[in-house]
Amino acid sequence: MVSTMTANERQAALVISILAAIVGLAMAAAGRHDPLGVHGAMVLLTGLMCAFWVIRDYYKPEPPATRLAAYYDEPIKAGILLALLWAAIGMFFGDWVAWLLAYPEMTFDAAWSSFGRMRPIHTTGVIFGFGGNALIATSFHVMQRTSRARLADQFTPWFVLVGYNLFCAMAVSGYLMGVTQSKEYAEPEWYADIWLVVVWIAYFALYLRTLARRREPHIYVANWYYLAFILVVAMLHIVNNLALPVSWAGAKSYSLFSGVQDAMVQWWYGHNAVAFFLTAGFLGMLYYYLPKRAGRPIYSYRMSIVGFWGITFFYVWVGSHHLHYTALPQWVQTLGMTFSVMLLIPSWIAAANALLTLNGAWHKVRDDATLRFMMVAAVFYGLSTFEGSFLAIRPVNSLSHYTDWTVAHVHAGTLGWNSMIIFGAIYYLVPQLWKRAHMYSPALVEFHFWSAIAGTFIYVFAMWNSGITQGLMWRAYNPNGTLAYSFLDTVIAMHPYYIARAFGGLLFLIGTLAGIYNVWRTIQAAPARTPQSDQPILAVAQQAGS
Amino acid sequence: MTSPSHETLTLFAQSWGLFYLIVLSLGVLVYTFWPKNRARFDRAKNSIMNDENGPWA
Repeated sequence: MVSTMTANERQAALVISILAAIVGLAMAAAGRHDPLGVHGAMVLLTGLMCAFWVIRDYYKPEPPATRLAAYYDEPIKAGILLALLWAAIGMFFGDWVAWLLAYPEMTFDAAWSSFGRMRPIHTTGVIFGFGGNALIATSFHVMQRTSRARLADQFTPWFVLVGYNLFCAMAVSGYLMGVTQSKEYAEPEWYADIWLVVVWIAYFALYLRTLARRREPHIYVANWYYLAFILVVAMLHIVNNLALPVSWAGAKSYSLFSGVQDAMVQWWYGHNAVAFFLTAGFLGMLYYYLPKRAGRPIYSYRMSIVGFWGITFFYVWVGSHHLHYTALPQWVQTLGMTFSVMLLIPSWIAAANALLTLNGAWHKVRDDATLRFMMVAAVFYGLSTFEGSFLAIRPVNSLSHYTDWTVAHVHAGTLGWNSMIIFGAIYYLVPQLWKRAHMYSPALVEFHFWSAIAGTFIYVFAMWNSGITQGLMWRAYNPNGTLAYSFLDTVIAMHPYYIARAFGGLLFLIGTLAGIYNVWRTIQAAPARTPQSDQPILAVAQQAGS
Repeated sequence: MTSPSHETLTLFAQSWGLFYLIVLSLGVLVYTFWPKNRARFDRAKNSIMNDENGPWA
């Protein structure tokens, strides 16, 4: 990593690592026994480790100028491996809390292992750890390929990757110690939030600087989606995390908002995290990797543009559908509901565009598990956006809200759409980036595919059943006009579904572990002959001439 | 300084919000279907199919 940097970049890396170590030391000294102190120690260690890495290779020869004729793929490789590591962690904790819901005695009477602390480890681990690293890695790949330009420099990508993962590590370790802002998907406290803003601005600037070097006249649509993801997530993150720390020496802070305004800001953030983190960025992935793997350009470029603006401008209004039947003014609820229903149009434009691209290449989908991952992702994207629009309708929401139906909906999206498209992209990228002819075991890719599909179906069907049962039991009255079931009755009714859900999650986790093993063995395997499509343009021309 | 009332703000949001979203969607449709843009879009969607040859030096 350091040997690919120029002397100036090594200097910058060293200075920033030392600065980080000093900040970490100050945090540790000020925080003492507060969780802030522990996080200060983590920052200090990270800074020292990075400084050590830089110093070790500081006087190695600089990379030759010929590097500029090649894409900069090292940070992409690191990002993929980090994404896979977080996938294992996040899904392991996910399945643990799933079993915990079926067998609550599994907390072993420890505070750190309670549901309230482990559930955010799962959500942060899979959304920000797995999804975020996959988004960063694929964006580095897509921005270079579609621009025909190398990344703008060799330092910023590493700053973004290390900084982002430091944020994720602070978040997850904080939950174990009980640190939380009590805002769903925005749990990390003020100092971690400020750090993420710094990293995010560097990421955005890197993207723009790379696009500015592009040789293609038009910016390919996948980049628009990635940019919307980066820009809007910055906006959401900053506004929702506006807070006042109790002291500079402690982790605790209080939000600037209160009451129903706080709820509205939180769900404006919460749903747009789904919209721009889990949708826009992932559509960027879909619009690049699906045409590439299928060997066919996207069905309609115009549809992708209309879909893009529809998604960006409808999504920002839908957050209030999380607050139906609350103190939020009725018209704001109605606004959220209306935009949610309208959102179905751009969502289905994207799903249809993907599937129509495959039309005529179904034999490839049959034979190639990697392309099948992407096809299934597009199908689940279509299904879960339909379900989302439906659940946002107020009377439907009165049945579904606070039940497991929501959990089914979210996991149809995250397992069926987000994870499938990431794994498709990873199986496409790994042989190409590490210059192997193919994955170590194509059979294992098939195994991963089917175990992920089976896991997703078991999970989603179990939660649909559980959620609708739960919702109907909560609203059932007996002839006397009182509630027919106690809360405990509903918990007992849900128990078998919870076991089924935990089993489905286990299948999905096993598939992921098989995928990680496969990727690892592929990297270990001897490099194959460089694939034709991977050669520099000069070599191809020479071959054609000879 | 008195802050504007809830009604004033919602009136503004509900009228101008509608107006600018309609203008914006018309703008997007015009851009998307403008005949001259067709060549750019066709080039963009096809050019990604062959982008592994490295950055153009």
